[in-house]
Amino acid sequence: MPLLSVENLRVELKTREGVFPVIDDVSFSLEEGQNLAIVGESGCGKSMTALALMGLVPQPVGRLAAGKILFAGEDLAQVSETRMRSLRGNEISMIFQEPMTSLNPVYTTGEQIAEVLRRHQGLGTKAAWEHAVELLDAVGIPNPRARADSYPHQMSGGQRQRVMIAIALACRPKILIADEPTTALDVTVQAQIFELLRGLRREFGTALILITHDMGAVAEMADRVIVMYAGRKAEEGPVDAVLETPRHPYTKGLIACVPHLMDNVTEDRPELFEIPGIVPPLSSFGEDACLFRSRSEQCTGKCYEARPEERVIGEQIVACWSAY
Amino acid sequence: MPLLDVRDLVVRFPLKRPNLLAPRPYLTAVDGVSFNIERGETLAIVGESGSGKTTTALAVARLVEAQGGQVTLAGQDMLSLEGDGLREARRRFQFIFQDPYSSLNPRLRASEIVAEPLRSLGGTAPEEIQSKVDELFAAVGLRPEQQRLFPHQFSGGQRQRLGIARALGPQPDLIICDEPVSALDVAVQAQILNLLRRLQAERGLTYLFISHDLGVVQHMCDHVAVMYHGNIVEHADRLTLFNTPQHDYTKALLAAVPSVGKRRRDTAHESAGAGSA
Repeated sequence: MPLLSVENLRVELKTREGVFPVIDDVSFSLEEGQNLAIVGESGCGKSMTALALMGLVPQPVGRLAAGKILFAGEDLAQVSETRMRSLRGNEISMIFQEPMTSLNPVYTTGEQIAEVLRRHQGLGTKAAWEHAVELLDAVGIPNPRARADSYPHQMSGGQRQRVMIAIALACRPKILIADEPTTALDVTVQAQIFELLRGLRREFGTALILITHDMGAVAEMADRVIVMYAGRKAEEGPVDAVLETPRHPYTKGLIACVPHLMDNVTEDRPELFEIPGIVPPLSSFGEDACLFRSRSEQCTGKCYEARPEERVIGEQIVACWSAY
Repeated sequence: MPLLDVRDLVVRFPLKRPNLLAPRPYLTAVDGVSFNIERGETLAIVGESGSGKTTTALAVARLVEAQGGQVTLAGQDMLSLEGDGLREARRRFQFIFQDPYSSLNPRLRASEIVAEPLRSLGGTAPEEIQSKVDELFAAVGLRPEQQRLFPHQFSGGQRQRLGIARALGPQPDLIICDEPVSALDVAVQAQILNLLRRLQAERGLTYLFISHDLGVVQHMCDHVAVMYHGNIVEHADRLTLFNTPQHDYTKALLAAVPSVGKRRRDTAHESAGAGSA
């Protein structure tokens, strides 16, 4: 049985123009210790998926309209707020893109880690502090005992992200959701954070859901990938298969539009592949048609008439009428 | 003769005195940097945040004050210019900024944003300005009817196109692109990078391209300068730098980039190994 399985999830946002699904009938599952990546442009619903799993869909504009989030036999879509609060940060944790704005500036980093331990594990003040220092050490902060007394503004971006990871891992969660964890960081620091996340997975067996727009990060970190577009799943499959033979035109575009670092650089520099246009506005989400049709070259009449069904091709699941 | 020649550029920022009597300490952000760019080429400056790459560009454009060194643009010394001479010289380099959201005046219509440098930096007769704006809008791929809109009505990629049109207006010798695509969505980045290269080919533009994204740099530049702690640690042409990096820092930077190619190769290795076993 998978650790987490999401079935036909639908999250709606209420706007002035009406109610639209930001997540539209998305299903996936996560095995224990697996690294799953969710990729897509901004506005494709990948962060909203993470928030739905955490029970943090923004209220009152957002609503979990349908579907199940099964975690260890419990449907997280149905549980009470009290129960969710005891799971959040304990069984399922999340780290965010901008470590400066997600840490509390007026508490020391040690206190922010210790708080989680006191709250969820019922440790005493002193034991929690000691454990916080150990965690800072585990995420690779030098001189952890002294740094536990530092405030977030006294640390660099990479160190803040390490503190975020220490907070998230304090209770040894089964699932860690990382929402663009390295977007605000330098490449060298990004490599260190990735290495840290991989090491922690080996040590604690935590399953990771990595939310990113960078296919390079997917290649580096994940076993399985879901490509999301306009609130729907465009393609899903093992990372190797998807990178080798992307079947959805959006996946192909996402891989081809980025200038990848090559080993053997030559004089030859072809133009980058462009995905024309931008993500459609929220008001067209939920239409019974392919939402990628205006940006796709291989579009047929069918793309205007019906939402593409998810089909299994080889190891991959693809939602495109003309994929093969 | 190179279009831009920078020699031993030094920029220092004053720090707070530790106490009243102590001498004022300085942070040396750019520490004796030298490079040059030929007309029609692209030089990329890469490095981590805090390595001094943006400060170097700002000092070249006289937007921060340099404490030492020489900057020569097409034979003219830039650092000694003052007053009208400086204003006249500013026409010759333009900036494309990282964040297209905060670098456009929200109260001006798109046509005004593009027309403003044409007016204030001179060189264009008032009656020609509208036709020039039309031409610039077409060149960067914006529709004529979009001239009436305000910046908030554009998407991120379109705003960056507006920034490019504004920079092209005064026909500068040098365009400084400071992380021009890092605030944009992946799919939109390709559109802007292709546009920049197309404009360079059509108009013979010279770019000083600042980026931390080595994939983008590899695609865009002819020469690369790698900066670390205010110094250029390696400066080479594109093929040499990426194929045979010399400095350890350059190698570390290249190794840190996650890439799709690396994974494909690793998998190929594994399956080849498994096949022979």
